[in-house]
Parts: sequence; structure tokens; C-alpha cells
Amino acid sequence: MNLIREKRKLAPGVYEFWIENNHIVKYAQPGQFVVMRLHEKAERIPITIAGKKGDCFRAVVRAVGKSTYELCMVKEGDSIMDIAGPLGRPSEIDFYGNVMLVGGGVGIATLLPIAEALKAQNNRLYVVLGGRSKEYVIMLEEFSKLADQMIVTTDDGSFGIKGVVTDGMQMFFEREKIDIVWAVGPTIMMKFCSMKAKEHGVKIWVSLNPIMVDGTGMCGACRVTVDGKIKFACVDGPEFEGELVDWDELLKRLAQYRDEEERSLKLFMERVGDLSWL
Amino acid sequence: MAVKPFPKKTPMREQEAKERIKNFFEVPFGYSEEEAVLEAGRCLQCPAKPCVSGCPVGIDIPGFIRKIRERNFAEAAKILKLYNNLPAICGRVCPQETQCEEKCVVGRIPGSEPVAIGRLERFAADWEAEHSVQTQIEIAPAKHKKVAVVGSGPAGLTVAADLAKRGYEVHIFETLHKPGGVLVYGIPEFRLPKSIVEREVNYVKSLSVQIFLNMPVGRAIPVKDLLREYDAIFIGVGAGTPKFMGIEGTNLNGVYSANEFLTRVNLMKAYLFPEYDTPVRRGKKVIVVGGGNVAMDAARSALRLGAESVTVVYRRTEQEMPARREEYLHAVEEGIKFYWLTQPIRYVGNEKGEVVGAECISMRLGEPDESGRRRPIPIEDSRFILEADTVIEAIGTEANRFLLSQFDGLKLNKYGYIIADENTCATSMRKVFAGGDIVTGAATVIEAMGAGKRAAEWIDKFLSGEYDPWK
Ligand SMILES: Cc1cc2nc3c(=O)[nH]c(=O)nc-3n(C[C@H](O)[C@H](O)[C@H](O)COP(=O)(O)OP(=O)(O)OC[C@H]3O[C@@H](n4cnc5c(N)ncnc54)[C@H](O)[C@@H]3O)c2cc1C
Ligand SMILES: Cc1cc2nc3c(=O)[nH]c(=O)nc-3n(C[C@H](O)[C@H](O)[C@H](O)COP(=O)(O)OP(=O)(O)OC[C@H]3O[C@@H](n4cnc5c(N)ncnc54)[C@H](O)[C@@H]3O)c2cc1C
Ligand code: SF4
Ligand code: SF4
Ligand code: FES
Repeated sequence: MNLIREKRKLAPGVYEFWIENNHIVKYAQPGQFVVMRLHEKAERIPITIAGKKGDCFRAVVRAVGKSTYELCMVKEGDSIMDIAGPLGRPSEIDFYGNVMLVGGGVGIATLLPIAEALKAQNNRLYVVLGGRSKEYVIMLEEFSKLADQMIVTTDDGSFGIKGVVTDGMQMFFEREKIDIVWAVGPTIMMKFCSMKAKEHGVKIWVSLNPIMVDGTGMCGACRVTVDGKIKFACVDGPEFEGELVDWDELLKRLAQYRDEEERSLKLFMERVGDLSWL
Repeated sequence: MAVKPFPKKTPMREQEAKERIKNFFEVPFGYSEEEAVLEAGRCLQCPAKPCVSGCPVGIDIPGFIRKIRERNFAEAAKILKLYNNLPAICGRVCPQETQCEEKCVVGRIPGSEPVAIGRLERFAADWEAEHSVQTQIEIAPAKHKKVAVVGSGPAGLTVAADLAKRGYEVHIFETLHKPGGVLVYGIPEFRLPKSIVEREVNYVKSLSVQIFLNMPVGRAIPVKDLLREYDAIFIGVGAGTPKFMGIEGTNLNGVYSANEFLTRVNLMKAYLFPEYDTPVRRGKKVIVVGGGNVAMDAARSALRLGAESVTVVYRRTEQEMPARREEYLHAVEEGIKFYWLTQPIRYVGNEKGEVVGAECISMRLGEPDESGRRRPIPIEDSRFILEADTVIEAIGTEANRFLLSQFDGLKLNKYGYIIADENTCATSMRKVFAGGDIVTGAATVIEAMGAGKRAAEWIDKFLSGEYDPWK
């Protein structure tokens, strides 16, 4: 169980893992996630299930702090101590007509199983993928096979359009009647995507990633305000309607342990040395 | 230490308050053999055994105490294990003063304290472990029937152990990475060392119970698969969803549910950060809201994490507070402050979204409510601000919906708890039994174990064809 069968670098600091786990492979649906713990002293970190193949599921991880750095250092043939899942409500897959899918950073990986399931329901897919520069736009090939139309945006213009994903959204909104939107990426990106969708009066699903502990509704760490009410992202989400989310509160809550995170990462770097290969 | 054999309990040595607030080690040290024998001598060996009726699992209390008096400690432990699979835990966390000890005749004598049944239970269980005596438990021949237990809290562990002893194949499924439920994630190390929980869980495993961790049932195993693959199912998922008051500022950084705070500290060992990776806020000025055991645990944990002041605000008075007396007195000794008749109405935050205080209102007590306790009523114009960088709400929990939302057809009561027969633990669905906090709402370890014991008995009757609760 939890053996890493394949590991591949997708972009600087971004790795893809194929991990053996029968239960997760058997029951996972698009939009769901797992909670993993690397070793006895590790945190429980939530990671989206970004695909399945044989008896393995895919995790795509970006190194942002101690735990994800450590995860990115785990090698093929190693095992992860604990993986619980699938968790969270699956995406509401259905036939909608014209669906716009917006992905940024590792959110692109989260979006892939959703895109595949929506395609299987005969939706037309309008895909916007964005990244800092060309090398950060992952899974281009997979998406180009699925998308009816696709726009790529990069901050520096090294690939596709120079701009941000909401620019791509605007272009599609002008060209087509869009029935529904999914946006997955950094919190700040999802906030702006929600504003853009609202501007055009279209419903948008976003996949929130607040700080979590158990992932089963037991602690309330993951609480977010949606439509003025407290929701637990791990059981009521992680997907919510973007225009109802209190984004500023979520952004503040994500910074809750900044000092501790910095301290933890610094100690880790002192211990492992050079991490430039990441 | 001078010890008076009668009429008071033989005192138990413990860490000094000023020392213990700096560490997470267990507070009381437990009895020595001499102290235990002395205390056992206070028991009158009443033929009517009134104390037994106060114990939800019906331990032969005079029986095991007599063995301690005779210095046959191994035998005392063996008697305990006939009734209770987790004696070292119960001896530490049972609210004995309202259970077995309340019924003890010695305690009825004016000026006397009851026999310290819980401490003796703890002593015998620890003695057995320390002397590595393995109590030989008889296991019935295999019955070739499978039972699934969802949740590894005290209810689940008990039903599993008792069914295993009766020859059933038992699989426990637990969503967390450690078994024990509240015993591992809620009750702090200084009250219940996790090594003790592990020891008692290992005992349950030694009866060939299989425990599958990281298994969120309902998602990792759909309910229909459980129903297909097992001859009976026991649900013991606890009441683990925290309630929030929902007042303004609830989502400020630094406002915790007691569940989150305690899970970070206990299960994830955040008190050892950065050696362990999970952080927790080490507040300087901490407010804990509530008056139960959970509030005491949160307050005392915050103190041990280095708080300068910890204040418990409770909307009723000391008389109404549900916390165990012993825990409350420990908290007072450690320097925790109490604001009675006080309720927060708003948390105040700064521009970074961090809590900096709680606006509170004073209360007075009115007429008794349905629980029989006098209802607190806010006093107008009594608002004041308490400074705080951390607030922990310990105002109770509600039904854990994680599994129940996937369990079509299972009847729930108006609070969302499972409706199950008090005696047989049978639910509205064929071959599904339930017990513990998910049936009663937040209660006690020993009540959850009592339900587990009854469920094991009736699951056995059901599976052996002796009785069918659904006919
Ligand atoms: C449902 C869900 C699914 C997720 N799926 C993925 C995934 O597929 N791939 C992936 O790389 N990451 C995913 N994340 C985010 C991932 O869990 C965090 O990046 C990780 O926990 C950070 O841990 P750390 O110790 O490496 O960083 P930390 O040191 O804890 O944090 C570093 C930075 O990351 C931010 N951060 C902390 N926790 C989170 C969090 N839970 N989500 C977002 N930012 C956070 C902090 O604000 C901080 O700025 C997901 C999160 C959730 C809730
Ligand atoms: C902080 C605190 C202090 C307490 N102190 C005391 C005390 O001193 N004395 C006392 O007698 N009582 C005390 N209690 C109460 C006591 O702990 C509970 O009444 C008791 O643990 C209930 O047992 P249970 O088996 O019903 O559930 P729990 O102990 O809650 O265990 C339920 C288990 O089920 C698991 N689970 C939930 N959903 C699923 C799922 N879908 N799939 C798989 N697993 C699942 C959970 O992760 C958990 O491990 C305290 C409670 C708390 C929170
Ligand atoms: S299990 Fe609890 S109630 Fe029963 S005898 Fe022991 S301490 Fe008393
Ligand atoms: S009631 Fe008290 S004195 Fe009597 S048998 Fe029970 S413990 Fe002993
Ligand atoms: S992570 Fe604990 S309730 Fe969602």
C-alpha cells in the first residue's frame, strides 16, 4: 500500500507521483482528495486525486513549504506512511453544454479528472490554462486532447497570450455562450475568476484549499464562509460556488501559521542542504 | 507522607502544579503497591455490592479490590479484564464520583470519602503491564462470521474485543492514522498518556481484532459494500463535529474549536513543534469558552504551551459546570482563571485577521431549562472586552455526518444522532447496530464502552440465531 510506483518532474518544484492504493483507485471521483502523512512526525496534508491508472492514483505536488518539499523528495519505490481517502464531495458532473475550465499552477492537475468526466458527458470544453511562464503550464498535452478550444496565458508571455487567466476567460465569454465554469488554482486566482464569472452572470465552481487537519469534519480548521454561513471545506466542499465565498477571509486564514511555516522550512533546509534541484 | 487510612481516600502523589504546567507528563503518579493495599483495605466487601450498579460495564468491584488487598495483583487485573477491555484508561478518565464511587457505602458515611475505585483499577491495570503479565483470555472457537466496526473509539474497541473473544472475525475501520478516537485526539497526554492507549489497543489487537487505519468509511468503503460483505455492522463514529457559537469573528485567526486545538496538540503532537511538523498557536493570553471537561483540557493544554494567562469563561456558575470536580480543581491549582456568568458575544480582530479580544456580556441565572439547570440570561449594559490572542470554543459537539450522510435509510433523531435501542443497540436497519456518542450525544468513555458491551452481546445473539431484533 501507498508505494510510489512512478515519480516525474513536471515543472520546477512540481512533481507527479503515481501511488498504489486500491481503495482510493476503486472509489475516487473527480474533485476528491486524500490526506497524507509522510512519517511519524509529519503533518497531515491534503492533496487532490489527479487521475487513476491501474492500481495507482496520481498526485501532483508543488513544493511550497516543509511538508511539500519533503514529499517532493520521496523517491520511486518508497512508501508513504498514511494516506486516507477519497475525501470530500465529488464534483457535480453532468451535461451543461458549454463548460469553461480554468486552471492555474498545480490546480491544472486537479482540473484534469473533472475535465475528463465532463467530456464523457458530451460537454464542449473551453479551457484556459495559466502559469508564470511556459515551463509552469503543466499537462498541456492532456488538455489539448480534451479541449474543444484552449487558451494558454503566461505572466511573461513566454507561451500563449501574455496575461492572466481572467484575460483568457474574457476572450471565451466574448466568443461563446458559456453555461458553467470550473476554476482551480491559487486562491487569489480563483477569487478573480469568480469575479469575472459573476460579471458575466455565469455560475462558477472553485476548489478551495484551506488549511486542514483531519479532513472528515471533526476539527473545523478548514472552515470557510460561504454565502454568510460557516462551511467545512473537507466535507461540505472542497468545491463551492465562487461568488458566494468570502475570499479575503480565506486568504487571511491561509496565512495563519506563516511564522511557524517559515521556521519549519528553515530548519528543514539547514538539515537537507541544497534544494536547487527541485 | 502521612496517610490516614480512614475516612479519607489514600492520597495519590502527583506532580506539583508549578512543575507540571511546564510539561505534558501525566499529573498523578498512581499508587504504589503499599498505597494500593492500604486503600483496598478501606473496602467493606459489601455483599450487596452497591458500587457495581454504578459501573456501566458492571465490574466485580469488591472482587478485584479483595485481590489487591491479598496482594494478588495479577488476579485483580484478570478480574478487571473479564468486564473491561480498557481498565488503565477507565481508571484514569471515568467520572467515578458520579458512577461507581457515588454508590459506595463508605462514601455515605458522613465525613468519609468513598473507596478510590478508579485509582485501584488504574493500579491493577498498570501493575499488570509493568510486570508484563499477560492475562490469558479464553477465545471461543471460530464462528466463521464477520463483523465490521466503524470507528475505533472506546465503543468500537469494546464491541470488537468482546466479539473477538466470542469467536467472531472483527474488522475495525478508522479514518484517522491512529486508533482510539477521543482517547488519542481529544484527551491530553497529561491526563491519559498515549502510550497507555496504545497498550490497551494492542491488547484488543492481541485478541485477533484487525484494525484498518486511514479508512474513511462511506468514502473509502461505500456503505453498500459493508452491508454486503459483513454479517453485522457496528457504528461507533462518535459525536466528533465541533459546534461554533457562530458569533462575529468566529473565523479570525487564533479562534479554534477545542477539537482542532486538542487534535493538533494530542494527535499531531504540536507541543513538540518543530520536531513534529504540525504547528499550533502558542497564545500568551488565552480564553477558553465552556465549562466541561473539554474546556478544562483545552485550558490546561494552552497553559502548558506557555500561555501567560488562561481564562475560562462560562455562562453559568461553578455549581452548574459539567467538568469533573477533580479536573476543575487541578485547573484552579495550575492558575487558570474563571469568569462565571460570562458569555462572549463577538470576537475582535485586527487588520491581519487575527483575534485580539472577546467582547463579553455578563449573565444572571433565570428559571430552570429543560436540562434542569437554571437558564443564563444576558444582563443589558454589562459588556466588557477581554484581551486575547487565542480563543478556544469548547461548547460541545454534534453528530458526525461524515458517514451518516452516506447511510441511506438509517433513522436519526432530531439532533442527527442514530436512533438505536438502548438495550440491544439495534438501529432501524437490519444487521446494523450503533452505540457510543453517535447515539447518546457526547457522553463518557465508560458509557460508550457499556454500549459496546451490550452491542457485542446482542450481535452475538443475532448472529447465532438466538434473537432477531428486527422481527
Ligand atoms: C482539498 C485540498 C487539495 C489540495 N491539493 C493539492 C494538490 O493536489 N497539490 C498540491 O501541491 N497542493 C495541494 N493542496 C495544498 C497543500 O495541501 C498545501 O500546499 C500543503 O499542505 C502545504 O504544506 P507545506 O508544509 O508544504 O507548506 P506550509 O509551510 O504549510 O505552507 C506554505 C505556504 O502554503 C500555504 N498553505 C498552507 N497550507 C495550505 C493549504 N492547505 N492549501 C494551500 N496553501 C496552503 C501557506 O499559506 C503558506 O503560504 C491542497 C489543499 C487542499 C485543502
Ligand atoms: C477533550 C475531551 C475530553 C474528554 N474527557 C473525558 C473524560 O475525562 N472522561 C470520560 O469518561 N469521557 C470524556 N470525554 C468523552 C469521551 O471521550 C467520549 O464520550 C467517548 O470517547 C465516546 O466514544 P465513542 O467510541 O462513541 O466515539 P469516539 O471516541 O469519538 O471515536 C469515534 C471514532 O470514529 C472515527 N470515525 C468517525 N467517522 C468515521 C468513518 N466514517 N469511518 C471510520 N472511522 C470514523 C473517528 O475518527 C473516531 O476515531 C471527553 C471528550 C473530549 C472531546
Ligand atoms: S470502569 Fe469506571 S465506573 Fe466502572 S468501576 Fe471502573 S472507574 Fe468505576
Ligand atoms: S460499595 Fe464501596 S465498600 Fe462496598 S464493596 Fe463497593 S467499593 Fe467496597
Ligand atoms: S479538516 Fe477538520 S473539519 Fe475539515
